[in-house]
Amino acid sequence: MTALLTPRNLVLAVLLIFLALLPVYAAVSGNVFLVILFTRIIILAMAATSLNLIMGYGGMVSFGHAVYIGLGGYAVGILAQEGFPSGFVQWPVALLVSAFASLIIGALCLRTRGLYFIMITLAFAQLLYYVAVGLDRYGGDDGLTIYSRSEFADLINTSSKTQFYYLCLALLLAVIGLTWRIINSRFGLVVQGSRSNDRRMRAIGFPTFRYRLTCFVIAGTICGLAGALLANHTEFVSPAMMHWTRSGDLIVMVVLGGMGSLFGPLIGAVALLVLEETLSSITEYWQIILGPLLLLVVLFARGGIDGLLAKVRA
Amino acid sequence: MLLFLEQCLNGLQLGLLLFLLAAGLTLIFGIMDLVNLAHGSFYMIGAYFAATFTALTGNFIFSAIAAFAATLLVGMVVEVIAMRRLYGRDHLDHVLGTFGLILFFNELVRLVWGPAGMNVPLPEWLNGHFPILPGVEYPTYRLAIILVTLAVALFLYILVMRTRIGMLIRAGATNREMVGALGVNINLLYTLVFGLGAALAGLAGLMQAPILTVQIGMGENILILAFVVIIIGGIGSIRGAFIAALLVGLIDTVGRSFLPDILRLLLSGRSASAIAPAISSMLIYLLMAVVLVLRPEGLFPVSNK
Repeated sequence: MTALLTPRNLVLAVLLIFLALLPVYAAVSGNVFLVILFTRIIILAMAATSLNLIMGYGGMVSFGHAVYIGLGGYAVGILAQEGFPSGFVQWPVALLVSAFASLIIGALCLRTRGLYFIMITLAFAQLLYYVAVGLDRYGGDDGLTIYSRSEFADLINTSSKTQFYYLCLALLLAVIGLTWRIINSRFGLVVQGSRSNDRRMRAIGFPTFRYRLTCFVIAGTICGLAGALLANHTEFVSPAMMHWTRSGDLIVMVVLGGMGSLFGPLIGAVALLVLEETLSSITEYWQIILGPLLLLVVLFARGGIDGLLAKVRA
Repeated sequence: MLLFLEQCLNGLQLGLLLFLLAAGLTLIFGIMDLVNLAHGSFYMIGAYFAATFTALTGNFIFSAIAAFAATLLVGMVVEVIAMRRLYGRDHLDHVLGTFGLILFFNELVRLVWGPAGMNVPLPEWLNGHFPILPGVEYPTYRLAIILVTLAVALFLYILVMRTRIGMLIRAGATNREMVGALGVNINLLYTLVFGLGAALAGLAGLMQAPILTVQIGMGENILILAFVVIIIGGIGSIRGAFIAALLVGLIDTVGRSFLPDILRLLLSGRSASAIAPAISSMLIYLLMAVVLVLRPEGLFPVSNK
């Protein structure tokens, strides 16, 4: 078990080295598109990692997680529009807004379980989706163009594609590290215990609701950060960012990569988005392949790609 | 007042259509314990079949019946090929697998029928207005939808509560192993129930076809509404689905038509007309959130534990 050189670790190491060296390759070959694509992948991997924290470890299947991407994005977009270009203002606000929203949504949703939880998180996501559609001053349905990325004085230049890429990668690794700390802490163990048997955890004296809610808020806040990054990346925010199919995409990434696995969401995000890019370059009707492929993963690859890798013996 | 009556009828019509979708969803969930996100695809497929058959034969009633039968068949095939393997799995697996099916069906429809929408012309005799009260007219076709869906609801009630098949369906929902052990072909029963659910969704779609444009993705928005309905009604409860569907249909339709006026009393005209559509879209989600906070198991919880 403790062997370091398992096929799974090897794949992970290759993936991380690839991500770390990608801008170098792009600079040599002049392929800027790769950096843009992978910045997006890394940002969505961060959102998927935060979803994995509540879904994989906490058993809280949120079908409205993309809403925090939207909130973080809109916080950046609206502040930029109103003349606050500084990232030192925008990003904390984005985090606070998503933390506050997830606190309220979580406090109400965590009263329910199972399918009801899936659907009530979806309902709140739809509510906020329509709020964004109704934001007439900020583009409504058409969305809002951001004319300048967040400014961080001389610290980092977010307009530089390479610097922004490394910023996102560093933040993603920080988020994965944080997740690792959380799931191995006493707090994380309580949350995981509550996933297995909530009644038993309560019976031995843990106020599980508070633990689960805290976990929900942490995940929402991280996802808000991903939203702030995504808004900077696309220089555009629109209600489509928090459409329910986006929440579905995040679930797909987590399950495809491996739910309840630390690096699963990253693997899933890379796999799904690279697959999308490849298939769509082969045929216009690429979803006709992707759809059944997802079904096959569900049917035959329980534990996702990470689960498959873990099974491969060296 | 007349406008209010007309909007109530429109709301009733939307509610009954939602019931057709929700009844299938809730049956499939109650009996097979399966979350089917692809249910909206059958709605879309029913509408496309109806559009094609109408274009070929020119006879709307015949096309509607043929489309209903065709959707039933598609539903049963999908059950045998894919859904059957998902029973007994985690709900999350259902969500993911049927999410894949949505992508597949949307793309298949685009491949077969092309990306452009289709329109279904109504026959002359359905295209008029019908006096429901002296001096009050209502579109004949919408009235026909209300009557047909009411008839279907009644049929469903009789089927589930008064026939032998219905008895087996209810028994299967309570304890599938026991029903199987008593010599009932449970696989066939499940295929039939799934096909029936799909056909009901197809019926809703084909009846909407002449009113809306038949297009890709038309099933998704209404699917979310149908899920709201079964959550409010209590998952697995057909009675709950019926009442919740009418509630959602009425609140949505009446809200959309009267909220702008109400808001205009409170706010300036311009901002009222700007935010009214968004707020009226939110109403039913607000309703669902309130219901779930007060009654986490829906209005008519089913206890089959």
